[in-house]
Amino acid sequence: MAITFAWIAVILLVITSTGLLLIHDWRWSIILLAMQYLGMFVLTLQHWPLSMASVKVVAGWMSAAILGMTRSGLSNEDPLEESIWPRGRLFRLFAAVIVLLIVAVVTPGVDNIMADAGFAVTNGSLLLIGMGLLHLGITARILPVIMGLMTVLAGFEILYSSVEGSVLVAALLAVINLGLALVGSYLMLAASRQETEST
Amino acid sequence: MNAPTVWIIVPMVFGVLLLFINNQRVLSVLGGLIAVVLALIAQFIPIEVAMKFGSFSLKIDSSLIVLGRVLLIQPAEGSLLSLIYGAAALWFFGAEASKTATRLVPMGFMIIALMVAAIAVQPFLYAALFIEMAILIAIPMLTSIYAPPGRGVLRFLIYQTLAMPFILVAGWLLAGVEASPGDLALTAQSAAMLGMGFAFLLAIFPLYNWIPLLLEESSPYVVGFLLWILPTVTIIFGAGFLDRYSWLRSSPQLILALRYLGLLMVVTGGGFAAFQRHLGRIMAYGSIAETGFSLLALSLDFKLGIPILFLLIPARALGLAVWSLSLTVIKENVEAMRFGAARGVLRITPLAGAGMIVAALSTSAFPLLAGFPARLALWESLSRISLSSALWMAIGIIGLLTSAFRSLAVISMAEEYTTWKPRENRTQMLMLGLGMIGLFVLGLFPQTLQFFLANLPLMFEHLGR
Repeated sequence: MAITFAWIAVILLVITSTGLLLIHDWRWSIILLAMQYLGMFVLTLQHWPLSMASVKVVAGWMSAAILGMTRSGLSNEDPLEESIWPRGRLFRLFAAVIVLLIVAVVTPGVDNIMADAGFAVTNGSLLLIGMGLLHLGITARILPVIMGLMTVLAGFEILYSSVEGSVLVAALLAVINLGLALVGSYLMLAASRQETEST
Repeated sequence: MNAPTVWIIVPMVFGVLLLFINNQRVLSVLGGLIAVVLALIAQFIPIEVAMKFGSFSLKIDSSLIVLGRVLLIQPAEGSLLSLIYGAAALWFFGAEASKTATRLVPMGFMIIALMVAAIAVQPFLYAALFIEMAILIAIPMLTSIYAPPGRGVLRFLIYQTLAMPFILVAGWLLAGVEASPGDLALTAQSAAMLGMGFAFLLAIFPLYNWIPLLLEESSPYVVGFLLWILPTVTIIFGAGFLDRYSWLRSSPQLILALRYLGLLMVVTGGGFAAFQRHLGRIMAYGSIAETGFSLLALSLDFKLGIPILFLLIPARALGLAVWSLSLTVIKENVEAMRFGAARGVLRITPLAGAGMIVAALSTSAFPLLAGFPARLALWESLSRISLSSALWMAIGIIGLLTSAFRSLAVISMAEEYTTWKPRENRTQMLMLGLGMIGLFVLGLFPQTLQFFLANLPLMFEHLGR
């Protein structure tokens, strides 16, 4: 039963991480990010007790809320958006498919290295890491960069939860996630100042 | 009372409290004095030794348990803490002159507290988490809420954040290697993970492109502070890995990799610095070369290399402080730090110009300056192992020297009959003057540092003994 839930979570992660790449609307991005943390919670639950795994989802949702609240107060244009980056949805979808293929190929090997964390856990984790890195590679805008970093960290946290059950590590990783969201909010606010001044 | 409370929690609390003070001078003096007191306690009050003052007895315990894990500051680490807080005092006293005290002092305290926590945490690989937290605190320090962040800040955040997963996974894999040392595949995987983690953390070629960008976008003094504290603690953290794992220590491939990476950093740092036309970018490449020197020191026989590594730390701290303060003063008085705009700036900022050149020359191993003794020892030791490596190091140093002399030519190249009109204020002149004197003193009398440095290798169980 737990394995079925884990694979459902992996499918959810495929949808959310691909959605984060394809969708430009920040509202949908925040919703997808929050759903991503739900999937992460299910996969973390494979190795951690409910109380500790829920730290991940609570910290993740708080981070998503911080980013969403900050973004909602800003105008629609992102001043750091650069036209040189490939922006076509087809290109992003193609890149996401390549990441999915790579993840499918390397999952057995990594699962073997990571003390048999479980195929679903390893697959979901690598998927998030790959998609997060892809996200970081094709954008220079603040919100997507922060979301990309949070996606990479979420993937790493899933994998790391299979080998490390320290309360201190869980607490510090939660603090880092929240800190990343706060830093993202700070940078978005700073970027919006120039725009406000120029209009 | 315990050591982690004194050197981690107390500075963290001070950092938060100092956020509420807005006066540059008060912040600078208060921050500097607190750092001096912490440095003096670290140097003169031994950890785990009961001291009697009349009927009163004082003992600083070495450990503090937090959420089931231990923060441990060993008695041998007192000198390192003294060095870190002493250098922090130097940066904080100079913060008023650079007009960055409101950002640098409070957040600087928090960053230093987290970096000390990174050295103290057990198991030590959790240090990556504390370093990441320090990186997050550094972001508001680097950018103002009133100005849009540049590309350098985002790259800094991305690269430093990506380091953490690699280090944590490498730490877990290394435990596996310890359990089954014959597993070559696992050994290679863990070494690769560790290498990637430290490549991101130490900004090793080609992952250092954020450093020149940051020095173009942000206050040079703030960036200089980060370029001092982050690589210094990361190198000590890295040396901790070598100390902990005997197979890493005895691996000839790792030693070779460290040497080649160090040379790559020195040569590319020196080479790129020689061709820059921006004063900030020259400092950036100088700091990259500094990291290269530290890696080269780690690649030597540990009995020689570890003392040289520690000898590099004070020279780096003072050199970067003087260099970045000089650049901050120059930046205030010119439109841009490009060569075209900074031409003849020596006539309006003579001490800042001199400070920049002296600090650049110190980084370039110029005789009689702070960087010279450590680099001479490094070069000599390197030449005994490999003459070609010593030659490459010389090429990097020539590049750094070229950049220093080009900068000197540019800032002194004023229009004919231009009068000298110094615009530096008294605080800036005082701090720059003291800094330059310090660079000469450390160069002429390097033995004065032995008081702090002699016991530092004792913090490692196997290295440098």
